[in-house]
Amino acid sequence: MVTRAAIGSDEERVWAELSRIPDPEIPAINVVDLGVIGSVNVSDERVSVELLPTFVGCPAIGVMQEQITARLRALNVADDVEVKVSFNPPWTSDRISVAGRERLRLAGFAPPQAAETPGLIGLEELAVMPIAECPFCGSRDTTLENPFGPTLCRAIYHCSACRQPFEQFKQV
Amino acid sequence: MAESPPLDATSREALAELLLSVADDEFVIGFWDSEWTGIAPMLEEDVATSSIAQDEIGHAKVLYELLAELTDDDADRIAFGRASDAFRHASLMNHARGDWAFSVARRYLYETADQVRLAALAGSTYEPLALLAGKMRREETYHLMHADTWLRRLADGGSVGRGRLSSSLECLWADAQEIFAPLIGEETLVHEGILPEPMRAMSMTWQARVRPTLEPICGALPAATPSLDGRTRRTSDFAWLHGEFTSVARSEEAATW
Repeated sequence: MVTRAAIGSDEERVWAELSRIPDPEIPAINVVDLGVIGSVNVSDERVSVELLPTFVGCPAIGVMQEQITARLRALNVADDVEVKVSFNPPWTSDRISVAGRERLRLAGFAPPQAAETPGLIGLEELAVMPIAECPFCGSRDTTLENPFGPTLCRAIYHCSACRQPFEQFKQV
Repeated sequence: MAESPPLDATSREALAELLLSVADDEFVIGFWDSEWTGIAPMLEEDVATSSIAQDEIGHAKVLYELLAELTDDDADRIAFGRASDAFRHASLMNHARGDWAFSVARRYLYETADQVRLAALAGSTYEPLALLAGKMRREETYHLMHADTWLRRLADGGSVGRGRLSSSLECLWADAQEIFAPLIGEETLVHEGILPEPMRAMSMTWQARVRPTLEPICGALPAATPSLDGRTRRTSDFAWLHGEFTSVARSEEAATW
């Protein structure tokens, strides 16, 4: 019989390990700050993690599942590790943590615009061209060049103040 | 996550038809649009079209996985192991990509119809589909914005672009109806709330939404309704594409991916 406190500490170890796993496409941010970890459940037999893909067709999903499985298996918290893809809740850009937004900015990515009100951004609000703040000079005098970038989750902007192109983690 | 209640054989068969029809639409339009990779009119569009195509094929992948789970099949086999006449995409996706205006016209017709369909499916009583549709809708918002921008750009840009767009819309109008072609077992799906709205109703919602945008471009569009064989007609264009997208899987049939 495992005590409640012990389960709690195992769960904490799992979360701590997850927060050291970088996103494969943007390694500046870890998977916890990115908000793609939906839930963690630890029992004697199994660690179950729900992974919420940023985009349904993200080709990095398989790599993330493999990396997370290998890292959690090495923790030896339970015999089995299961990483399941889930769309409940759907990943949305407001799931990126405050710390994660700052790490993205330092790596030269504009973080997605925060929702006006906390929670899910409405579909109508999404359809309005979002504003991005230049990660290099902080100007908001920027133009959306292409809502589609080098990966499914990135958009391309141009900053009129420092004349640099930059990428934004897409608001979705 | 709560498990969906078990389905009886009739509902399961009908749901399989629904999943296959949506998945094949996304899969085939994704492959047609990926034909622009490397040769789109400008670099920005090359990136955008490729990204949209990747999204669509990604949506198809998850839909095929839902179907595989339901029918105890394999998603890769469904995608790459079927004969071309076993595909169930709407006949809108039977045409080769054509010129840029033709692709823009098709994408606009498809995205607007898909938006109506996804809004309905997001309310499905079959939870895995409802959740996926909810997520897809958010991504498709960007596709629709893209298609809408290009439609307006070609329509307002001069007689050549406008002319090509207009004739493409006229050519594709009848086949676009088939996105809402009746499904086998549709009554069961509607009755169980798996499909919250009949195809016929969605078709009318969609037409009412797009006619005011399209008719100023190409003139009055004829009355049109979906037909019974709207998802079973196949063309030589599609036979060619099918040969292309199955070529890698056919080259080494015992391989695992």
